[in-house]
Amino acid sequence: MLLKRLFPVIGFAALAIAVQLGAGALGKEFYLTQLTMAIYYAIVVMGLCLLMGFAGQVSLGHGAFFAIGGYTSAVLTTSDFSRFQDSLWAAALKRIHVLIPKADLYGGQVLTTTPWAAFVAAMLLTFLIACLIGYPALRLKGHYLAMATLGFCLIVNKIVLGTAWLGAADGISGVPEWNLAGGLVISGRSAVRVQNYYAACALALFLLILLANLVHSRVGRALQAIHDRETAAGAIGINTARYKLNAFVLSALLAAAAGVFLTHYTAGIGPSEASALKSVRYVALAAAGGMSNPWGAALVSTAINFLSLRGWFGTYDNAVFGAVLILIISIAPQGPLKPLGLWIRRLLSGARSAAGGEHAAS
Amino acid sequence: MPLLDVENVSRRFGGLVALDKVAFSVSAGQIKSIIGPNGAGKTTLLNVVSGLLSADTGRIQFRDSRIDGLKSHQIAQGGMSRTFQNPSLFLQMSVLENVMVGRHPRTRCGFAACCLRLPGQIREERRIRESALEHLRFVGLEGMAGAPAGALGFGERRMVELARALATEPSLLLLDEPASGLNNRETADLGELIRRIRERGITTLLVEHDMSLVMDISDDILVLHNGTPLAEGAPAVIQNNEEVIRVYLGTGLEDAAASQKS
Amino acid sequence: MGDDSLFLQYLLSGITKGSIYAVVAIGFNLIYSATGVLNFAQGEFVMLGGMIAVTLCAFLPLPVAVAAAVVIVALTGCLLEILFFRKLRHHTIMHMIIITIGLSIVIQEVALHLWDEKVRSLPYFSGSEVSSIRIFGASVSPQVLWVLGTVAVVVVLLHAFLRYTLQGRAMRACSSNPDAAMLSGINISNMRTLSFGLSAALGALAGCVISPITMTHYEMGAPLAIKGFAAAILGGLGNPMASVVGGLLIGVIEAFSVSKLPAAYNDVTAFALLLLMLFVRPHGLFGSPSGESVREV
Repeated sequence: MLLKRLFPVIGFAALAIAVQLGAGALGKEFYLTQLTMAIYYAIVVMGLCLLMGFAGQVSLGHGAFFAIGGYTSAVLTTSDFSRFQDSLWAAALKRIHVLIPKADLYGGQVLTTTPWAAFVAAMLLTFLIACLIGYPALRLKGHYLAMATLGFCLIVNKIVLGTAWLGAADGISGVPEWNLAGGLVISGRSAVRVQNYYAACALALFLLILLANLVHSRVGRALQAIHDRETAAGAIGINTARYKLNAFVLSALLAAAAGVFLTHYTAGIGPSEASALKSVRYVALAAAGGMSNPWGAALVSTAINFLSLRGWFGTYDNAVFGAVLILIISIAPQGPLKPLGLWIRRLLSGARSAAGGEHAAS
Repeated sequence: MPLLDVENVSRRFGGLVALDKVAFSVSAGQIKSIIGPNGAGKTTLLNVVSGLLSADTGRIQFRDSRIDGLKSHQIAQGGMSRTFQNPSLFLQMSVLENVMVGRHPRTRCGFAACCLRLPGQIREERRIRESALEHLRFVGLEGMAGAPAGALGFGERRMVELARALATEPSLLLLDEPASGLNNRETADLGELIRRIRERGITTLLVEHDMSLVMDISDDILVLHNGTPLAEGAPAVIQNNEEVIRVYLGTGLEDAAASQKS
Repeated sequence: MGDDSLFLQYLLSGITKGSIYAVVAIGFNLIYSATGVLNFAQGEFVMLGGMIAVTLCAFLPLPVAVAAAVVIVALTGCLLEILFFRKLRHHTIMHMIIITIGLSIVIQEVALHLWDEKVRSLPYFSGSEVSSIRIFGASVSPQVLWVLGTVAVVVVLLHAFLRYTLQGRAMRACSSNPDAAMLSGINISNMRTLSFGLSAALGALAGCVISPITMTHYEMGAPLAIKGFAAAILGGLGNPMASVVGGLLIGVIEAFSVSKLPAAYNDVTAFALLLLMLFVRPHGLFGSPSGESVREV
């Protein structure tokens, strides 16, 4: 049992190390930059897996949550609050190191928020907004959440594009590095490239373990029950609305956290992160990995996003994601990895178990 | 003080009156049956009592508190559990997991505890598993614990659903046509099982078409006709009620009575 | 121009846009009733209708181009249903909804590659962009009358179709009770295909008449789909005719909010309205809350 739990963890860790060593040996260490970005995007997809694969709800607003996380921390860490220097709240925030004085590009003194404080603020804001969107949509039976979140995503996109202090069409750049703890800095500088790659891997792996724990627990079973038969789940005593809402909020928080990390990593964020297309992309990636399999989804989405970031799909980028979505859902709605795994197992164990497997499937 | 007290409950769907001023009560420890011709409103009544449908008028009292207007999950948490006409198992899960879900209202670990696998959560998970196995054993299916729920036959699904309902530790169990689709032997076993459930101190309210089963196990019977109560009483009283016989003419009540006597 | 005529101007522009939302909402309802699927590609039908008509208009007279565009898009709608939904009956509703999301992206990208990202438009059906008719002091483009007239005719025809023809009745039967409909000999598969074709045709027609006013652009679909959905929710999902009122309301509210809000926040009103409706009255303005279902799927 323990071995079964540990196997994917060890496998993932080994793969991460092998990829880094491989890239180093081939002299393509710059690949790690896009890989790191792809891993952060995969964190959004992992959250969507929880929501879609277990709670059975579709969200088209995860791009917006990503953007809310990223923009909150970008705005807070790049704005200058020194004109409020003398106000009481600024003094109080300074005392608890939420605001710190810093030298700007031209040598002047500015007062900005620390990245950690900005991260906490981003999480709180996301929590509030996710509750606000999710509460009404998830009380209803059916799939109102998908539409509500798409509407929400378009609102966020419009607001970002139309607001000057959010950088409008240009977005926000010059977001400072994030000194996480000790010597660990979230930054895109090539000197800390490998370090950042492992930081992203560790974060993703940690979250995957948490998700795997959740799935194999009372809460995971309740979510699956809701997905399967909402009425029966309610009749057993599961508060379906609350569980759906919790899953939605949790996955929104994961998306926002990924947004914060990536914004510090790339030192900026743009309005395209909040577009409906980005949200659809996350849904496509979750489907591509198998919605009820966070490990597979993390792996597949990192790979596909990496290829996309390297420009493999050219002008057909969005079309590729749309096509992936349609093909996978119509051919293998459980994700391509599961049938593939079954097929390999069947090949290995011969015809006898093949008959058994078919019997079980029917 | 009855365990369940239904007063004056009505429910309409558009122009159709499904329930019209229904009143009855169930005492603790009873096995009570609701019978009536098709379309009499039996399943609607069960749905209203368990909170899946709201009543238009009337009040429902369960264990000293009003439950009309509550959500189905609140009612379930309060100690009422039910099965459905078509067994509604969670087909993506194993048999054991289905019954483990039944432990939901009696356990408490939330998102955080489950994500982090806190020691309390691990202990609770073990208790959930043991209790679920025990309930599977009660219905005689502990051997199927690991099987996917989708691979079970109809009768077995019924039993797993029953085990799941029992796992919530209800004080009142609602069964919606538990014998439909079962063969004679399975029906006999079911009757025996319902008696054993009573021995555990659980009250049962069932909607059923199988008259021999109903007459065999019930302490008390409510006859519904066109959404209104037609008669209420012990099996012997109901069998000799002329109005009931008129409504049921040719639908097997006499046969059931005959088979009882023989 | 006085305050009154300004008011009238906003009102008319709201009604014009609102009538398009109404058509999209009707399309939503048709497919939702017949299949239970929220079709995210609904807005793409409008875009495709406009695009195809603009292209055909280069070598065909306008009425023929519009008719041909409507037929082509309707056939596309039927084809999509047959290709992607007919075989997937055993899939969950969630899977089908995800497929419509994918379709919406692919249709958009195909449009981008077939045409380009340029904004196009059909010529004015009568008159030109400068010609105007004065109604109670407000100047109105004749195209507005075309839009309103077309939508009115479509709504009346559709109402008659659903109410009085055999096919239409069969369609309504499918939505209210699929099992009973099947038992009484209605071919549910064909009804589903018909619902896709019909709502695609409606969308395409709307896309043509509105093209001279709002222009046609490959990205116009998603916002239209959301506003149409908001209109459908406002009227009450499952009630095609009530969504006409929903659509007009959203159009008018949006038009007046333009005068109060910065232009960049243009679309925000409709989406906010959608969320508000989900909060306070999810069964719609005209629906009753007792429409709860205990159907176990």
